[in-house]
Amino acid sequence: MTEEDKLLEEVTSAEYKYGFVTDIESDTIKNGLNEDVIRLISSKKNEPEWLLEWRLEGLKKFQQLVEPEWANVHYKKPDLQSISYYSAPKAKKTLNSLDEVDPELLKTFEKLGISLDEQKMLTGVAVDIIVDSVSVATSFKEKLGELGIIFCSISEAIQEHPELVRKYLGTVVPQSDNYYAALNSAVFTDGSFCYIPKGTRCPMELSTYFRINQAGTGQFERTLLIADKGSYVSYLEGCTAPSRDENQLHAAVVELIAMDEAEIKYSTVQNWYPGNKEGVGGVFNFVTKRGICHESAKISWTQVETGSAVTWKYPSCILKGDNSIGEFFSVAVTNNFQQADTGTKMIHIGKNTKSTIISKGIAAGESNSSYRGLVKIMKGAENARNFSQCDSLLMGDKSGSHTFPYIEVKNKTARIEHEATTSKIGEDQLFYCNQRGISTDAAIGLIVNGYCKDVLNQLPMEFAVEAQKLLSLSLEGSVG
Amino acid sequence: MKLQDKLINSFEKFGQSLSGSETDSLRKMRTEGIEVFKNLGFPTTKDEEWKYTSLNKCIKRDYDFGAEFSLDIRSEDVDRFLCTGIDSYKLVFVNGVFNASLSNTTQQDKFFVSNLKDAYEGNSELFNQYYGTIADKELSMVGLNTAYAQEGAFIHVKAGAVVDKLIQILYINSDSSRSMMNQARNLIIAEDRGEVQILERHQSLSDEYVFTNSVTEISVGNEANVKHFKVQNDIDTASLVDSTFVKQGTKSTALVDTFVFSGELTRNNLHFEFTGEHAEAHMDAITLLKGSSLVDHHTFVDHAVPNCQSFQMYKGIYDEKSKGVFNGKVMVRKDAQKTNAYQQNNNLLLSDFASIDTKPQLEIFADDVACSHGCTIGQLDEEALFYMQSRGIPLKEAKAFLMFAFAGDTLKNITIPELKEQLVNLVARELKVDLELN
Repeated sequence: MTEEDKLLEEVTSAEYKYGFVTDIESDTIKNGLNEDVIRLISSKKNEPEWLLEWRLEGLKKFQQLVEPEWANVHYKKPDLQSISYYSAPKAKKTLNSLDEVDPELLKTFEKLGISLDEQKMLTGVAVDIIVDSVSVATSFKEKLGELGIIFCSISEAIQEHPELVRKYLGTVVPQSDNYYAALNSAVFTDGSFCYIPKGTRCPMELSTYFRINQAGTGQFERTLLIADKGSYVSYLEGCTAPSRDENQLHAAVVELIAMDEAEIKYSTVQNWYPGNKEGVGGVFNFVTKRGICHESAKISWTQVETGSAVTWKYPSCILKGDNSIGEFFSVAVTNNFQQADTGTKMIHIGKNTKSTIISKGIAAGESNSSYRGLVKIMKGAENARNFSQCDSLLMGDKSGSHTFPYIEVKNKTARIEHEATTSKIGEDQLFYCNQRGISTDAAIGLIVNGYCKDVLNQLPMEFAVEAQKLLSLSLEGSVG
Repeated sequence: MKLQDKLINSFEKFGQSLSGSETDSLRKMRTEGIEVFKNLGFPTTKDEEWKYTSLNKCIKRDYDFGAEFSLDIRSEDVDRFLCTGIDSYKLVFVNGVFNASLSNTTQQDKFFVSNLKDAYEGNSELFNQYYGTIADKELSMVGLNTAYAQEGAFIHVKAGAVVDKLIQILYINSDSSRSMMNQARNLIIAEDRGEVQILERHQSLSDEYVFTNSVTEISVGNEANVKHFKVQNDIDTASLVDSTFVKQGTKSTALVDTFVFSGELTRNNLHFEFTGEHAEAHMDAITLLKGSSLVDHHTFVDHAVPNCQSFQMYKGIYDEKSKGVFNGKVMVRKDAQKTNAYQQNNNLLLSDFASIDTKPQLEIFADDVACSHGCTIGQLDEEALFYMQSRGIPLKEAKAFLMFAFAGDTLKNITIPELKEQLVNLVARELKVDLELN
């Protein structure tokens, strides 16, 4: 067995390290999906009438749609009737300090290495933690409140800022957008809400951690982020889930609205449970993320995807306003039997709009990684500019890499560049490193990190560190 | 009656008219073909492979088929569309029927060039060995062609033989009284170390609508070399769906060059498959479109064995209301290590009403490969234009020069000087510039 084979062996045998179950009493409603369940969720959450109507509309749309099959992924379709659509920890009603948070829960976060205290003290990041759909602790809220920034769970926003939620909810991802977005519209239980007022620069990185905890529950968060005229916000999202044998469904919707001259930076590090070495279990990650840019606005998506058994995710930008900018930076790592079909859509509508796509796929074990992207230049989008680069790195001869870029141009002034490469780590590169005394192990680490550098550089510092840790976890043994 | 139903319903009658003249195996193939077509129908835009190209306009019309068309034609009408100034073998089909007097066939020991129908009668063993084995039977357009096709080119190059002249295949549609649907079928067999060069063209002479569904099967033996050039410069009432399937043996080389200048709708399906190692495939194309023409290039290269190479270069210039589609798919299967696959698609849009949809795909299952694709859509370089103008070259000529240079790369694999000259002139004429290259 060569050195490289040994490393690959180690890579493919790396187990998920976050597999544990937090023992918190949960309030779970009966499995199934129907109108009554939606009425129950709505009443449990004490929601206004219009939102119930909106949810029911979503359910109606959902019932008319069929599960999409075009993605390059193969899995047993989840039975949506056997999922419980509401699971909330029976936590104390109001929490003013961390002392009041369930100690079990705090331990969970400590295991994840995101202890709130540490986060608060050392990094100055405001963390809104969501465990099984209900926000249990929010920090730095007061400090943000002084600037007029609203950062809370979406249920709270529905109660306290219904006018904002009503105005923007579903404007970027309508209920009828796709199968899972419709499902989410009907049954979403919680998520984050953020509003940055005009001309405000959010002084800290806003951050949310999601955890799927209760066995057999699906997660349907809904995130709504509005950056008003001339504002700036950087938002971080991190996800982990404990080991579960049955596949769990995660169908979130994220809507970003960047008003004139606003800028939103949205970073995700996703390491949902990918299933074990035999490909049993793992999370189905079917997420709809989309942002709309008004005049001179900018939305930048950065994602590091290392988890989930099946990923189906296309963070998109609608460049509606003139001079707006959309960016997409992605690293997708798949191992064992993971499947990822991910990419982006850049819809150029306004004049002088620009978009950049950098996608790096790494496939190891028997996994399959696909890039699927659309760049669409509408007729009125004068001087639109796009640059796309999708690279794939294959490790081992059982993995597969695919690219499906769609480019549609209806304006002659558009300038589009697209390039894609597929390769493996060159023997000459390894040899060069070895020759200079760098072990194969460290060399692979260097090369992979260099390969992903374009994307990792886009992440805020706190996240970049964690993302590198995750890369090492996912490709353990081959990343230094 | 819808064209689709008409085609399905007429099949029985068509079969009866042939009864007795064809073998059971061919008959069976025809029946299987019509079954596939019956099940799938004409492709629609809901079909991923036809997402950007709608056949609706073509299939809504009524076409005559199976009817007797006039076969009279003057040889001057034919000569205009042939590559002249060069000695060549010729296969001319008028309204779907082989015309012996205009053709120049040959039956030598080493190779022969003839009509498919004649070849079938004289060489049924060879015919059975290859016919219908290379094309993808599961495609509806192939099924339809297999069901009805009777005439086309048959070229057989025996082991070690080199065909001394260019072979020209010309399909002329001249009937000015009726719309016509044609099912052209070509079979090209180059055995080990055989070499052949072919030029194919479809041309309408009348304003009546013509819808051609052509299937070409090319078998390239070990170390053989086949070059196939397609000139698609038809009038605005002619549509063509061309499906070409190439199967390559060890160390063979195959080239398919496509030059498209007009036509209402042109769809080129190009399918390459390697059965032996160290084979090399080249696909080059120039598309220069105006009016409301639509051209859709679909390529599929299947790397099933190791050490093969494929190169694709597709260049397009789109003006007025024309539309271009490119979908290039490279599949590298699990064991196809050391594959080298390269794909390039560059496009220029000259008008506000022109559009281009492109989808370069890579599907890779082997890790030791070098695969890449590049795709650009843009305009002529302002600085280069300014530079040329500052040296006294008028804007119009400057643009044409740049466009010619842009498209010119794809002409590099043409080794017959006369053919190259003719194509260069065609490109120059389309770009409305006197290049004075002679």
